[in-house]
Amino acid sequence: MSYTDEHRPMMTVDGTPLKKSLAIALRRQKIRALLLISPLLIFVLFTLALIFASMLFRSVENDIVSEILPETVVALSSWDAQSGELPDETVYSAFAGDIQRAAKAKDHTRVGLRLNYEKSGMASLFKKTARKAKKWDLEADAPFKNKLIETHKGWADIAVWQTLKTHSSLYTSGYFLNSIDMRKTVSGPEYQPEDRQILVTLFKRTLIISLVITMSCILLAYPVAWLLANLPMRQANLLMILVLLPFWTSLLVRTSAWKVMLQQQGVINDLLVALGMIEETGRLALINNQLGTVIAMTHILLPFMILPMYSVMQSISPTYLRAAKSLGATNWTAFWRIYFPQSVPGIGAGSILVFILSIGYYITPEIVGGNKGVFISNRIAYHIFQSMNWGLAAALGTILLVAVLILYWAYDKIVGIDNVKLGG
Amino acid sequence: MVKYGEYDLAEAQAKAFVEFQRVQKSYDGEVLVVKDLSLAIPRGEFLTLLGPSGSGKTTCLMMLAGFETATHGDIILDGVSINNIAPHKRGIGMVFQNYALFPHMTVAENLAFPLEVRKFSKSERDTKVKRALEMVQMGQFGGRRPAQLSGGQQQRVALARALLTNPKLVLMDEPLGALDKQLREHMQFEIKRIANNLGITVVYVTHDQTEALTMSDRVAVFDDGRIQQLAPPDELYESPKNSFVAQFIGENNTLEGIVKEITNGVALVQLDGGGLIDCNPVNVSKAGERTRVSIRPERVEFNKERFQPGAHTLTAEVLEFIYMGDIFRTRLRVAGNDNFIVKTRNAPDQVRLVPGAKIDIGWLPSDCRALDA
Repeated sequence: MSYTDEHRPMMTVDGTPLKKSLAIALRRQKIRALLLISPLLIFVLFTLALIFASMLFRSVENDIVSEILPETVVALSSWDAQSGELPDETVYSAFAGDIQRAAKAKDHTRVGLRLNYEKSGMASLFKKTARKAKKWDLEADAPFKNKLIETHKGWADIAVWQTLKTHSSLYTSGYFLNSIDMRKTVSGPEYQPEDRQILVTLFKRTLIISLVITMSCILLAYPVAWLLANLPMRQANLLMILVLLPFWTSLLVRTSAWKVMLQQQGVINDLLVALGMIEETGRLALINNQLGTVIAMTHILLPFMILPMYSVMQSISPTYLRAAKSLGATNWTAFWRIYFPQSVPGIGAGSILVFILSIGYYITPEIVGGNKGVFISNRIAYHIFQSMNWGLAAALGTILLVAVLILYWAYDKIVGIDNVKLGG
Repeated sequence: MVKYGEYDLAEAQAKAFVEFQRVQKSYDGEVLVVKDLSLAIPRGEFLTLLGPSGSGKTTCLMMLAGFETATHGDIILDGVSINNIAPHKRGIGMVFQNYALFPHMTVAENLAFPLEVRKFSKSERDTKVKRALEMVQMGQFGGRRPAQLSGGQQQRVALARALLTNPKLVLMDEPLGALDKQLREHMQFEIKRIANNLGITVVYVTHDQTEALTMSDRVAVFDDGRIQQLAPPDELYESPKNSFVAQFIGENNTLEGIVKEITNGVALVQLDGGGLIDCNPVNVSKAGERTRVSIRPERVEFNKERFQPGAHTLTAEVLEFIYMGDIFRTRLRVAGNDNFIVKTRNAPDQVRLVPGAKIDIGWLPSDCRALDA
């Protein structure tokens, strides 16, 4: 017999604690469950988790300067960057040694490119200097201060040395500062010059357009989801196929189709002109701007709003509406007070899906967005494929990830995450 | 206030409160779900629509509530045709099968809802909600969500909500279907008590015949879109008008045969399995007709001393004896029917039949009803 005693844990018949025997009894089940999910778990661990970790690391990693110019970095540490004077001969001779070794190892372009993100002209400065430095005799050609300045007048510019010193640490907050249109200088963070400020605008635009897309998806999807949930089976199935139809065509094809539809000589403009609603000269600019992005992305993301809404609405019994009406509520009151609150979890789930998908969308804004309608992800792609500034791309990606997490957290606080349903 | 038992049925029927006038209903234009239904319900009556699923009873209730429109015919409520009146303007209370308590509102908010849409003030709402909760003995549950209540408690709240605006007519669609047996019996009594106290007219839909018999003033037995019989419970049980009603209400033994002759209101029936019996000709009119004879298990007699003199008897073989506590249930083979049941009361002097025994059985000719085949 097991017995309860306030001071003692429950025991089984043979005297082992009840909790322990329960854990033993459940162990097999737990192991089986773990084995079942292990393929996915391992896959996620080695792909997604690694990718995230490497992204986070890249966004602060900065070992190029100290790896390629190690002696210069040491020598610069005793130089006061704000003194207004050029560094002394020790720094120049240390640099001459570093750049010669780098030139022979063909590493000089890497460090030049890295510093070029911070100050334009650095890449060519390093390229030219390295070409000459290969022939120097480090013993005989000293001192190097004047020799370097002769080689390129950039070495007489204090700003060049300041840039070198500022970005010589192993880890840097520079990429994150760049992400919000600031930069690291010897005197601390400051704003980028106005002509280089673009990323904050892009972040804001991405958030606002994503919100607009989410809202228009809600408005368009709600009635469709309602119909889906309330039509007789046959018609509902047909409608469901129409909803899912876009998934059967490539994303690229659909986006390109919107280009054909929306351009100035496109189907919609032609139709409006033919109907006499607009003048031939006043054709509407529906594409290569924010409107184009909103229209195309609303269409593309609509199913992601309809499906969760539908599955929630399907689980709302029609009896509730009838009950409300039998209690004296008009159609509108019954809908607004009884049906709508019960469908909110579907709206929430759909909105989170659509918003998070759209905030990171790339292809569609790239094709139909023009200059005004591109998102932050297009900028990330630019830094990965064209400017090769992976550190900045990683920082931007990290900020995007954090922004989504914050929004998710806020949603949880305001609406409650258990209010999100993807199914009945 | 009209109290049960005090109203004069004939007078009430003359000025029917609810009336179906030749109502027909079809969903697809091909099949009639309700076929030519005429029905008058006097004020204060507790009427039950009883029938198997698909018999049209729920459709009738939904037409009355306004959630389905009659394909043909008129539905009159308190002298006014309500065919074109929206459900929310009919002023009919309704209790649904799964209670339909709004899951996102507390019990008190659920109860306040009908008052809110009628623009009652906050203080009026609070008093009425409080009183309603007390009426169903749920005073301390106002702040709970429906999901936190047991089935019986939800049922009480649903009932209170339907009654809150003092409707003259309350519709109930299988309201006790989801409850266990004990609770169901308790709630049957409770609903009946509240309906009597308030003097409301109730139209109650169920497929549970015991429920129908226990609660109703009258029962309308539905099958195949028609009312098969509309009568008070005792009449329905003791004098079913056709074999459907006889089969559907209570336990029933049937024997098939052909009417040999009808004399002085007694039909002599030749059973297919052999044997002659005297019956009460309910809906057979002449010799040669096929008939299905119906006898209630508790009206079968096998004590020879109690047989009517001169009445026909049948020989039976005992197949099975089941002890059920208050009654004994004995299965016999009678005229080729292996499922002939006899119920006897568990009294001190009661005979317990032994399987394999051959006995004679008989009954009063009036209890043995010759119905349609």
